[in-house]
Amino acid sequence: MTAIPNLTPAYAEMFLAIAGMALLMVGVFRKSDPIRGVTMLAILAFAVAAVLSISTNGAETVTFNGLFVVNAFTGFAKLLILLGAGLAMLLALPWARNEGVSRYELPVIMVFAVLGMMMMVSANNLLSLYVGLELQSLALYVLAAFNRGNLKATEAGVKYFVLGALASGLLLYGSSLVYGFSGTTSFAGLADALTGAESNAGVIVGIVFVICGFAFKVSAVPFHMWTPDVYEGAPTPVTAFFSVAPKIASLCLFLRILVGPFEDLMDQWRQVLTVICVASMLWGAVAAIAQNNIKRLMAYSSIGHVGYALIGLIAGTQEGARGMIYYMLIYLFMNVGTFAVILSMRVKDRYVESIDDLSGISKTNPAIALALTALMFSMAGIPPLAGFFGKYFVFAAAVNAGLIPLAVIGVLSSVIGAYYYLRLIKIMYFDGSVENFDRPDYSTSLVMGVCALSVVVFIFLPEPLLAGADAAAAALFQG
Amino acid sequence: MNGFVENLPLLSVITFTPLLGVLLLLTIRADDPEIVARNSRWVTLWVTVGTFLASLLIWTNFDSSTADFQFVELAAWFPEFGISYHMGVDGISMLFVILSTFLMPLCVLASWDAIKTRVREYMIAFLILETMMVGMFCALDMVLFYVFFEGVLIPMFLIIGVWGGARRVYAAFKFFLYTLTGSVLLLIAILAMYFVAGTTDIPTLMTTDFPFQMQFWLWLGLFASFAVKVPMWPVHTWLPDAHVEAPTAGSVILAGVLLKMGAYGFLRFSMPMLPLASEYFTPLVYGLSIVAVIYTSLVALAQEDMKKLIAYSSVAHMGFVTVGIFAATQQAVQGAIYQMLSHGVVSGALFLCVGVVYDRLHTREIGRYGGLVNNMPKYAFVFMLMMMASVGLPGTSGFVGEFLILTGVFQVNTWVSLLTATGVILGATYMLYLYRRVIYGELVKEDLKGMLDLSRREIAIFATLCVVVMWMGVYPMSFLVVMEASVTKLITDYHAALDAHALASGLVDGVRLALGR
Repeated sequence: MTAIPNLTPAYAEMFLAIAGMALLMVGVFRKSDPIRGVTMLAILAFAVAAVLSISTNGAETVTFNGLFVVNAFTGFAKLLILLGAGLAMLLALPWARNEGVSRYELPVIMVFAVLGMMMMVSANNLLSLYVGLELQSLALYVLAAFNRGNLKATEAGVKYFVLGALASGLLLYGSSLVYGFSGTTSFAGLADALTGAESNAGVIVGIVFVICGFAFKVSAVPFHMWTPDVYEGAPTPVTAFFSVAPKIASLCLFLRILVGPFEDLMDQWRQVLTVICVASMLWGAVAAIAQNNIKRLMAYSSIGHVGYALIGLIAGTQEGARGMIYYMLIYLFMNVGTFAVILSMRVKDRYVESIDDLSGISKTNPAIALALTALMFSMAGIPPLAGFFGKYFVFAAAVNAGLIPLAVIGVLSSVIGAYYYLRLIKIMYFDGSVENFDRPDYSTSLVMGVCALSVVVFIFLPEPLLAGADAAAAALFQG
Repeated sequence: MNGFVENLPLLSVITFTPLLGVLLLLTIRADDPEIVARNSRWVTLWVTVGTFLASLLIWTNFDSSTADFQFVELAAWFPEFGISYHMGVDGISMLFVILSTFLMPLCVLASWDAIKTRVREYMIAFLILETMMVGMFCALDMVLFYVFFEGVLIPMFLIIGVWGGARRVYAAFKFFLYTLTGSVLLLIAILAMYFVAGTTDIPTLMTTDFPFQMQFWLWLGLFASFAVKVPMWPVHTWLPDAHVEAPTAGSVILAGVLLKMGAYGFLRFSMPMLPLASEYFTPLVYGLSIVAVIYTSLVALAQEDMKKLIAYSSVAHMGFVTVGIFAATQQAVQGAIYQMLSHGVVSGALFLCVGVVYDRLHTREIGRYGGLVNNMPKYAFVFMLMMMASVGLPGTSGFVGEFLILTGVFQVNTWVSLLTATGVILGATYMLYLYRRVIYGELVKEDLKGMLDLSRREIAIFATLCVVVMWMGVYPMSFLVVMEASVTKLITDYHAALDAHALASGLVDGVRLALGR
């Protein structure tokens, strides 16, 4: 086989890989202020990659000898990843300047991380999956420790690396078991091998390991221990990036594997995931109550949100997949917006992270307070904000799949979770003011405004956002 | 004129005009906070008055001869989920829309001087609240209903928490989390109904037959939410806290409209959609309501805080309403709706009465007052009229509702009627006792002597309320006739469903008998 494989489906990834290397060159050879130019070019590269990804987003195409696949689902997932990464990058630029770490490697590494995620989402084989996953993970380890002069950041980087490597090991071991007992690593082959066959203990053990590895990556309980520390230690814009792009990528891949090749073993993986999901929702809600650092709080909040998203996955139906994609879409806006608010928490040229620093900002910085209020009510799932619809769709899928107890636990834990979101609002509105924030940077305000506004107006214009998600979910279940 | 009204999406206009008011308030730019505050008050007043006038168009154009939904608007919203933007009113919901829009300008006026900080934000919260309330009564899609129903929590949480009294934070959290817990179970019930019917359209769901086993659980899910909202004993404990800590206008809306949401939910969902379960659980509702009527009346008697007393009296009055609804006779249900409307006006007025003296002395403790009749005669008159209306004196609005409920319930269950009727006596006791302690007696306390009688603004508010209370008491037909057709349909369908079920199970029994099993 010497023929060149069909490259068309992978144009976006190829472009991004070349762009990443070119950006590295630009950074090296540009004399003055390289980070600004490189960041803008990286955002441009994301935009081009998004366009390329949309243009190849037609019927399902498999290439590279079955290692790589694109369809409407992968296309939509990639758009979400690129959007999250682009917004995070907009947040990173002012941060890097304010903190005096204007190194152009930041955007370049983010580009490679995104490339890894896109490869992952399009993986059609356990091996290409692993390669994509490792590309993103290695880039993320570096990003976590990017502020290398900061002790906490380096600690976060090491912690993330050690635990992340363990998770990758679990995943790899699980893949090898699956391969050993079914004789293939390609998704299509696995689907054939597992359909109708007697459920094989070796394969099931392998799947459990794979699930554990993924649970690590999406920070679901009980594999969440790294999350609060890494969220707290990593630079805030990087945390914003962590909390959306890798999660979306991992969850989308999770969905593709479990309802694809492993669909016939649903009864088995459903039990494991239900435990993970319930534990994540409850622990994410309860543990966040005690947090005083807003980034740690967001870490627990994201653990809870992953739990809700997993409900859609557990339902295992097209409706559930659609619910999960909606959830991730809405979660993206809520989370990036909240991190934009966290990045506007600057007192006297210094970033602050305690939730008490928000005290009384409804008087001193009403716009920020209003944005965060909308975002928090949305996270708590209170209508008419977007977060409610995210929850509604996954719960609807759960009820339709007959998982009413799971839905009941979900809504009740969302009530517990509402407490700490309300607590932030209480601090902003009901308490006296402490200190004025500095004027937020232009791009941070932009991201904050866009995200808060989209959470509010979602109810009026749901169609354009949701049409893509519908098509994506349909693509996943057409086979 | 009529043609113009028919072409206008009237309900959407009424629902979303307050939101336009919010946008208007956001555009106010002035450096002086005093100017911002003054402009905000006036803008909000005009917006709410305009909304009220627009809502009167519904009443004048309403066709009371039919039980169908009127002014219907239907648009796609989430078509793939069977969720649509479906609005419409019938005889049951129409008057609640009017009630909401009617109370709103009065609330703005009542807050005119009482609210001094962050006036613009306050007015924005109230306007959003109005949109949510009106939308909730107009919604003909369960998800849309839920969105408005829950959306109320956001402005109310802020109103209590920012502008409330000393324990406002506790009260705001309690209010929010309590109601949210109930409501999420309603959400699950909605999802389950959607699962069966494939739509969340209310008129469609009304004609859907749910199996009894399912009705049982659905009913409990709905009950969890509505019982907290009503509130029924024993899940009423959020209400005294929320009422006491909320600013006066917040209490008015809480008592006047938010409490009606729960009872409205029973009328709109539980009864027509789940008739079998509703009948099955009627004894439970009776029991809880009777406890509410008697127990909370006694609790009210022991209160030292005026607002708390009125808050507990609200629980007792809503106990009448729930008894009336589940008695499921024409008179009882019409009485329940009437009692809700009357209670909305009267308890709102009573909270305003408390607000009047609170604004002057900044305490709600009953013991600090006494002998106010001497220097505040106009106030004493208004308070007396509202107190009598709350007690249910003939000629006031309260009488009509209570009388109809008791008559209707008597036909179904004498004992329930009897026990509920004790609430009338207890109600008279605590209200008269309150009145005696605050208004009568010698004016001996020094700080009371300087208190001024009602201002012109306050007279304007109370005159409006007095007129409505008397009108509702003297000529109830103008309200009863509107709801009659819809209630008749509700009752007929309800009993038809029960009969059909009884017939079916009777047939099954007969067949079993015939087959000798």
